[in-house]
Amino acid sequence: MTTTPETTVRAGGAAQGGRGGTEIRLEHVTKDFGLATPAVDDVSLTVEPGEFMTLLGPSGSGKTTTLNLIAGFETLTAGTISLGGRDVSDVPPHRRNLGMLFQNYALFPHLTVAQNVAYPLRERKVPKKEIARKVAEVLELVQLTGRDDHHPAQLSGGQQQRVALARAIVFEPAALLLDEPLGALDRNLRSALQTEIRRIHREVGSTFVFVTHDQEEAMNLSDRIALFNDGRIEQVGTPQQLYAEPETLFTARFLGDSNVFELGRAELDGKVGWDGETWAIDPATVAAHPGVRERSAIVVRPEDVEVAVRREDVPAGANAVRAVVRDVEYMGSYRTLLLAMGDRGLPGRTRVAPLRGDYAAGDEITAWWRPEAQRIVAA
Amino acid sequence: MSSRHTRWSNWLLLVPALALLAGILLVPLIRTLWYSVFDPDWTLENYGALFTDGVTTTVLWRTVVTAAMVTVATLLIGYPYAYLMTRVSPRARGVLLAIVLIPFWTSVMARNFAWIVILQDGGPVQSLFAFFGADDVVFYGTTVGVTIAMTQVMLPFMVLPLFSTLGGIDRRLLLAARGLGSSPTAAFWKVFWPLSRGGVMAGVILVFTLSLGFYVTPALLGSPQESLVAQLLAQRTTLLLDFAAAGALGMVVLVVTLVLVAWANRLGGAVSAIGVVAAGPVKESR
Amino acid sequence: MTPIAPETAQNPTLEAAPGSPPAPKAARRRYRHVDPIPWWLKAFGGLVVVFFILPTLFVIPMSFSDAQTFEFPPRGFTWRLYENFFTNPVWLDSLRNSFLVAVLTAVLATTVGTAAAVALWRLPGRAARLVRTLLMVPIVAPAIVVAVAVYIAFLGWRLTGTVTGYVLAHTAIAVPYVLVSVTGALGGLDPRLLRAAASLGSSPGRAFVRVTMPLISRGILTGAIFAFIVSFDEVVLALFLRSPVFQTMPVQMYNSVTVEIDPTISAASSIMVVAVTVIFLLPPLLRGRGRRR
Repeated sequence: MTTTPETTVRAGGAAQGGRGGTEIRLEHVTKDFGLATPAVDDVSLTVEPGEFMTLLGPSGSGKTTTLNLIAGFETLTAGTISLGGRDVSDVPPHRRNLGMLFQNYALFPHLTVAQNVAYPLRERKVPKKEIARKVAEVLELVQLTGRDDHHPAQLSGGQQQRVALARAIVFEPAALLLDEPLGALDRNLRSALQTEIRRIHREVGSTFVFVTHDQEEAMNLSDRIALFNDGRIEQVGTPQQLYAEPETLFTARFLGDSNVFELGRAELDGKVGWDGETWAIDPATVAAHPGVRERSAIVVRPEDVEVAVRREDVPAGANAVRAVVRDVEYMGSYRTLLLAMGDRGLPGRTRVAPLRGDYAAGDEITAWWRPEAQRIVAA
Repeated sequence: MSSRHTRWSNWLLLVPALALLAGILLVPLIRTLWYSVFDPDWTLENYGALFTDGVTTTVLWRTVVTAAMVTVATLLIGYPYAYLMTRVSPRARGVLLAIVLIPFWTSVMARNFAWIVILQDGGPVQSLFAFFGADDVVFYGTTVGVTIAMTQVMLPFMVLPLFSTLGGIDRRLLLAARGLGSSPTAAFWKVFWPLSRGGVMAGVILVFTLSLGFYVTPALLGSPQESLVAQLLAQRTTLLLDFAAAGALGMVVLVVTLVLVAWANRLGGAVSAIGVVAAGPVKESR
Repeated sequence: MTPIAPETAQNPTLEAAPGSPPAPKAARRRYRHVDPIPWWLKAFGGLVVVFFILPTLFVIPMSFSDAQTFEFPPRGFTWRLYENFFTNPVWLDSLRNSFLVAVLTAVLATTVGTAAAVALWRLPGRAARLVRTLLMVPIVAPAIVVAVAVYIAFLGWRLTGTVTGYVLAHTAIAVPYVLVSVTGALGGLDPRLLRAAASLGSSPGRAFVRVTMPLISRGILTGAIFAFIVSFDEVVLALFLRSPVFQTMPVQMYNSVTVEIDPTISAASSIMVVAVTVIFLLPPLLRGRGRRR
């Protein structure tokens, strides 16, 4: 109890927590609640100093539990967590010097905006004048000046979240943890605040760890994404990598739309057959994941699929499949054709420019794509 | 909030409350039990004596009858009142509930004194009956008078379990019964009443049980020739200093009370009704 | 409380799931003639309300009576009884004793009860629920049995007739009321606020002081008031624990009926009734004024 929070965890790299950011390292982290499977199962991850890392995944995938483990609200069943090179596995949450943003804002209802933001500074015995200055500074950063004496109940959702953000960064923490902070907001507000968060990350420079189930949000905000599935990390990479080079079917399906052709156990050299069609495999597009040898699938993004009315119009070297148009959706800047592909009528989708060609339900067409555009993933 | 290292500190916070209850309630009760079975050697004679001493059984029977009368009275008054509470607006409901709780929270002595004034010979109630020609009606010093005063205070314990149950009955069932040809009375007895039985049982048992232990009201409004069990207990303890007999009787009353309340709780949340009463007549609003 | 289905019966065309807010006033008024509350039920309710409130009010006119007995209607008009209450050492002493015991009980019961409420709020599971039920036993157990047992034990421990004895006994009875009150306040407390406090650097102790306490302060105050009232008003235990030199006010009132007819009891009763009413009406009135901010 004798050390103040800021002295217990020093940031790696630059002098204090704020500028330069801290490295967060999880090694073989496991959390078991005594249920059938562990909530977090042998997760290892390194968040680089100053990075914006998103933990993405469906509900129950372990991403929130992982965040809580980093924060210290849950204790580890196994593994270690280090901040800036220092093992904090046994350090209680109030000494980890991490800022946290909650989905319901968690602003103290009995304190004013200014008092809420000043709270962590008072805990660290910062002198009064300094507190006033820092509070004003950070409220300006989140663009919420002039409401110092209001209580949280008098603010809108978006304003409350800004106050929560200000409160979480005013004490220049080693890193900022964000637990689906925009989930309770409507679409427009969410967009606006996403931009805010990105801007603040750039200005402040700390490490941000963001949890969400919204893949668009993740791709929008992150330097890197860790995709969670059932307690384990499915894949880690930049949004570009996860989208264009998924290793598994789960990843391909979770981020963006896909057309999926399951191959089962197949030899992936040169050519492969599917429902009567024969397709070329570009070895550069095969995932490195070992599971690809056991079960694999071909994944093609809708925007990479072209439509030809006659089979003969398909260019040489392209992979093609016969399909029937089930429906046409007008999306504004493009149209989506919902297809039934092959004899099985496998659902698929492709995008066409709004003015190119006239398609209607029932049309028989041929969908085709270049082998470089497809991706072979572990299924 | 699952930090394991604060778990022992939480139990530590409970120690004062548990120690107090153990010291002030548990230990004395055990001591009393001890007195009743070790007199000085192990004996159940004191419990047997309850049936043979000629007084206890009479008093117990009288107490049971009184408690039964109070129960019937509270049921007859409380059922329509609880039903009314389910029909009115939320604000009126809050007011009705607060009013039910007022006697419970009003000074015991003030309340009983008021009843003495009202029910006494020559008092307003007797004058009222005399006005209508009934000249010999006496309330003070009778079981009827005691029942009236006890009913006033016991009503919340009938109304609350009833309200909780009645509020959950879909009144469209009544309308459906009417639509199928039942008269309003028949609809009530065939549809509404059976569905409310859980709450009725809980209220009945709760009121009956709590009525058994009343002391002040029967002592002030009843007559010494018609004592109830609480007065007998007091007499044996302070006048006769017969701790063994008092202990035996006390244990019997206590065990019966606890068993009945536990039963009432199973039937209709009696303990939570007590909790609502204990929360007072003024609701906290957020 | 279980959902109130009657709202939906009054508005058959509105979709109302159980527990949804009641239909807007206009709609309900429109349908009231379809299924109104019978007049006799409302009249009955009125009578019951009178039954609850009116009897106790009888003490007030009695307190101005000039008679030496409890005769009603009261004779004359005088402040004599109130004078007697505030000058007669017998009454004054009893008032002072009651006050002393009640204040000490309130302090002790509030501390113990709040600690227990907080502990039970944090602890999940069956053990905690069992403890909570146990702590409610004093309300359920018959006062006479408790009084007898405590009297016998206190005789042996030489606590009868002492302030300590009274305070300990009354605290044991008052704790459940504090527990209910503070538990109610804790119910409105969002546990994530405490996580936020921890993330901002507060140890559990500091988080309790800076976040939990301010937010449950009203519940604690209410509990303290209830503990005070429960102690001040307590009769049965007080009758058993009294000594010739130490009596509480309810005991003195009891004596005015049983030992020696003393009409001062009317003044004492009136004061009690008014005081308790004021105490209960104070919090909502204060809150109402504050809301105009």
